[in-house]
Amino acid sequence: METLNSIATIPLAVTIGPLQLANPVMTASGTFGYASEFSNLVDLDRLGALVVKGISLEPRSGNPPPRIVETACGMLNAIGLENVGLERFITEKMPFLRTCQSRVIVNILGDSIEEYAILAKELSGVAGIDGLEINISCPNVKKGGVAFGTVPAMAAAVTQAVKNVTELPVIVKLSPNVTDIVAMAQAVETSGADAVSLINTLIGMAIDVQTRKPRLANIIGGLSGPAIKPVALRMVWQVASAVSIPVIGIGGIGTAEDAIEFLLAGATAVQVGTANFYNPSATEQILAGIDLYLRQQGETSVQAIIGSLRLGA
Amino acid sequence: MSEYQENSVVQSNDRVTDSLYRLTLHAPRIAERAQPGQFVMAACGQSLDPLLRRPFSIHQASATGTLQLLVKVIGRGTRLLSSVRPGDIVNLIGPLGRGFSRPKESPVCLVGGGIGIAPLVFFAQRFLHQPPPSEDCVVLLGSRTGNEILQLAAEFIDLGCLVLTATDDGSHGHHGLVTDLLPPYLSQIKKVYVCGPTAMMSAVAGICHDATVPCEASLEAHMACGLGACLGCTIHGADGSYKHVCKQGPVFNAEEIAWKR
Repeated sequence: METLNSIATIPLAVTIGPLQLANPVMTASGTFGYASEFSNLVDLDRLGALVVKGISLEPRSGNPPPRIVETACGMLNAIGLENVGLERFITEKMPFLRTCQSRVIVNILGDSIEEYAILAKELSGVAGIDGLEINISCPNVKKGGVAFGTVPAMAAAVTQAVKNVTELPVIVKLSPNVTDIVAMAQAVETSGADAVSLINTLIGMAIDVQTRKPRLANIIGGLSGPAIKPVALRMVWQVASAVSIPVIGIGGIGTAEDAIEFLLAGATAVQVGTANFYNPSATEQILAGIDLYLRQQGETSVQAIIGSLRLGA
Repeated sequence: MSEYQENSVVQSNDRVTDSLYRLTLHAPRIAERAQPGQFVMAACGQSLDPLLRRPFSIHQASATGTLQLLVKVIGRGTRLLSSVRPGDIVNLIGPLGRGFSRPKESPVCLVGGGIGIAPLVFFAQRFLHQPPPSEDCVVLLGSRTGNEILQLAAEFIDLGCLVLTATDDGSHGHHGLVTDLLPPYLSQIKKVYVCGPTAMMSAVAGICHDATVPCEASLEAHMACGLGACLGCTIHGADGSYKHVCKQGPVFNAEEIAWKR
């Protein structure tokens, strides 16, 4: 068995800037709670990283119901960034997360550049946190509510402010609801982002024709799930082709084949999101499936397939 | 509390009415730990559309590993689930959520409307003396029409409960609302347990509040995960906060809920 195991082991480790991951399979923020929710169903020691629910300075209660609606091969959500806030996150959620062998990345969100900076600074002093992911799909209250993630200069400024106060690796999570996502990626790269993750949800809507009312109390919400995968894959390919920092692919990934498509398109790692809801085993199945694929393809490491998309004749 | 993801095997699928099916599944890990009022998230079909699991309260669970779900066909997901055959696999996650509290005093009253009757059968089996003296448990069942509740009413009677029914079309029992049946009994009742349409539960909660009789209600909400991660299954609490049906419920003290909004 020992011989078999040594033959069988294919290196799955990847590097996200200064951050070493045991493998490229991560959970996506907002779809995995604070990880303890899945402790009975998923081996939390085996994943590349756990990206926890977005944290704001103060607790947020979120949007009124209904908050979610199923759509064709996907779902719309308007949760409204409900979270326990920085203080309770550190005291109530981090003790469990520290027991997980997987890397822990904390997603942060704010209403102003200052809030992002405070969050980054405070979290940098907390043991057990391996990286930060900046959610820039939030309105900048001081700039009339325009989302940080839609104006390259604002995204760059948030990135810079966070980088100035933390030694932790910084990932910037990009919104697809922009004219040019490549310009966004380049702007945050220039400001020192260690990596970008994309895509966040696509803004969508659904209507109940009987009542003629929107199906979400918030009227509009973020579309996620398999329905968005082709859009996400296209954006990941475009961004990976244009920046030199690592790209983390997100969007409708539910199977190993989905994940491998993103790796081939240039993603160094992937995040599994909505699939955690309908199949909590998705991350573990994807990990096993990547290993099997590498074997079948005769590859000796996962690194070998990243960005190995074949173009031309 | 521990939940499991389990490939259950369909043992039988019995049609109760045109749109109501009783699935008997072999799901030993979930069945062993299930408590009345808890639920499972069931995968409907094998494809990505419909994408999400559907929540079902546990209708019955036995020590021999069988779990029963009462499935009312509402949309495509429930239609797929209602068409399973013996030997098919249904992937389940459960048992989930906070169930009913075990009654400390009798008599109690169970009020069920439509598909909401499902968890009350499990309640009566697990929590009441076998059989209870009929004056110890009054069961009030409401539905659109009689054939939806005949079989379920018979099961409560077999368990020893006193059963009264109400139907919208008058085809069985009282012609009217099930809530009409509650007030005459309320003075003797120590606690009411209700599951059904929101309007009906709201009415029961109001009647109980006015009579200062404690009431527990099992709520329903759209949810993506059932695990407390998606935060989609929000309802309004009486204290102005949001509550999540999957983790804080699905069974709540009726006083915790903002019924009138």
